[in-house]
Amino acid sequence: MTAIRNIRAVTAKELYCYFASPVAYVFFIIFLMLMGFFTFMWGNFFEQGEATLSSFFIWHPWLYLFLVPAMAMRLWSEEQQTGTIELLFTLPIKPWHAIAGKYVAGSLFLGLALVLTFPMVISINILGNPDNGIVLTGYFGSFLTAAAFLAIGCLTSALTRNQVISFVIAVVICLLAILCGFPPVTDAVLDLEVAWININTLVDFIAGFSVVPHFQTMQRGVVDVRDVLYFLSVIVFSLFATGIVLRSKRSI
Amino acid sequence: MIEAKNLKKWYGTNCAVNDVSFDVKKGEVLGFLGPNGAGKSTTMRMITGFLHLDGGSVRIGEHSIEDEPVAAKAMMGYLPENAPLYGDVSVEGFLGYIAKLRGLRGQDHKGAVAEAIETCSLESVRHKTIQTLSKGYRHRTCFAQSILHDPDVLIMDEPTDGLDPNQKYEMRNLIKRMGERKAIIISTHILEEVDAICTRVIVINNGELVADGLPSELRERSKIAGAVTMTIARQPFEKISQRLKDMTEVDKVVCLDQENGVCRVRAFPADDVDDLAGKLHGAVAQSGWALTELRTEQGRLDDVFREITSSEEGEEK
Repeated sequence: MTAIRNIRAVTAKELYCYFASPVAYVFFIIFLMLMGFFTFMWGNFFEQGEATLSSFFIWHPWLYLFLVPAMAMRLWSEEQQTGTIELLFTLPIKPWHAIAGKYVAGSLFLGLALVLTFPMVISINILGNPDNGIVLTGYFGSFLTAAAFLAIGCLTSALTRNQVISFVIAVVICLLAILCGFPPVTDAVLDLEVAWININTLVDFIAGFSVVPHFQTMQRGVVDVRDVLYFLSVIVFSLFATGIVLRSKRSI
Repeated sequence: MIEAKNLKKWYGTNCAVNDVSFDVKKGEVLGFLGPNGAGKSTTMRMITGFLHLDGGSVRIGEHSIEDEPVAAKAMMGYLPENAPLYGDVSVEGFLGYIAKLRGLRGQDHKGAVAEAIETCSLESVRHKTIQTLSKGYRHRTCFAQSILHDPDVLIMDEPTDGLDPNQKYEMRNLIKRMGERKAIIISTHILEEVDAICTRVIVINNGELVADGLPSELRERSKIAGAVTMTIARQPFEKISQRLKDMTEVDKVVCLDQENGVCRVRAFPADDVDDLAGKLHGAVAQSGWALTELRTEQGRLDDVFREITSSEEGEEK
């Protein structure tokens, strides 16, 4: 019970801080504007003549690539920079309460940003007869992608007190997580001459680390346990590593 | 209340704190002295459970900081160095947040925040955002955070740093008052502060404990402790010196100052001499000199401090 109360207190304070500073408003405005721009201008939303959100969801990982690390970079870097981490970790709470609290705040924030894209859903419902189940699973997949990136951003911000470094490392890791399922990377692997392992197995193995295929199955309306497990394991692993990094910093 | 045993901390191959032990009882205010970088803050961070120990143990009340960190931390209030704060929230919001994480709920929560605001005179800024506050207010806000839950143990890293003289005075009085029913550790390099509030002093140098005692005991280690300073009018130093050196009780005489025919001298007692001042007074009266000042030196903390901490450094080199 104490755990839940502590997590709730940290979450509430973090959410308050997002909205007390311009971070939240800048994030929402940029997110929604870019989302609209990509969907309508590059995604050929109207030309497709279908009542689906595929040209909308396809951009999500790419937008998250920059926006999520940008909002996650302050989570722990700022605490280390200003020294408030000393306050936080001398309070009678367990470190994972603080980690979970901050993470929940970040994901609620991202969830809210996604909810604010509701006009897209209204549009396709006016223009045609979409399968709203597919729309829902698409949103679910998009949220999981964002949540996975957020966990990665959490980890990189625990690594350094410098927010810029945290941002750059998070972007690189997230970029790898997007790209390793794409042809340029898989083709490069195919060209490798590896004797000791079946090349197709290797390609599948590497591609399996990519967020895109897992997200894509959800865009098609399929919620596969394996895909959900993939996202959950990225999140749990990153948050666990965050705890270890923060702990090891206090041992130095 | 606080029991630190053989604390050790390594930074790489550099030993930041080496075998420091002490304990603090309820009603004691322990002053941590030492030059910058001596390991004061590191020691405090280990006691508060922020840094892990590389050796030794810390007990707060009944609880070991390593084995039962939550219970031990619950008994403690901590004011870190430079008073770190969350800039985006208001004073009241910040204190409310800390109070929640301290497990205070409902009426207790409201009461604790209100009391801390009153004790630290933060009434006028309670709704202001922390980053807009002046240094003195920020410092007091962080201090308020440390006493929210009325802890039995209070640990403060340079509590008067950055305050103006009035605020320093208030802060010292506050600490002194609270020291009567809590176990308090403060670190400082302002020596007058030690005299003003501490009941016991520890000096740390190069990570090692080099002195532990009452402020008065420490002061007695000063070279000038027990010496007598006199100001005598219309006599040259040579004459005074001659007269005083003839006395068996006097070890040596130095001239502090000689101006407009007024001479300040300091006489050091020979071994095992008590009441040098009285004897000197007799001698001066006998000679018919005009005495305008006669004072037995208590010793000065800053002398002792400099002596202890610089000789150690010399040995290192």
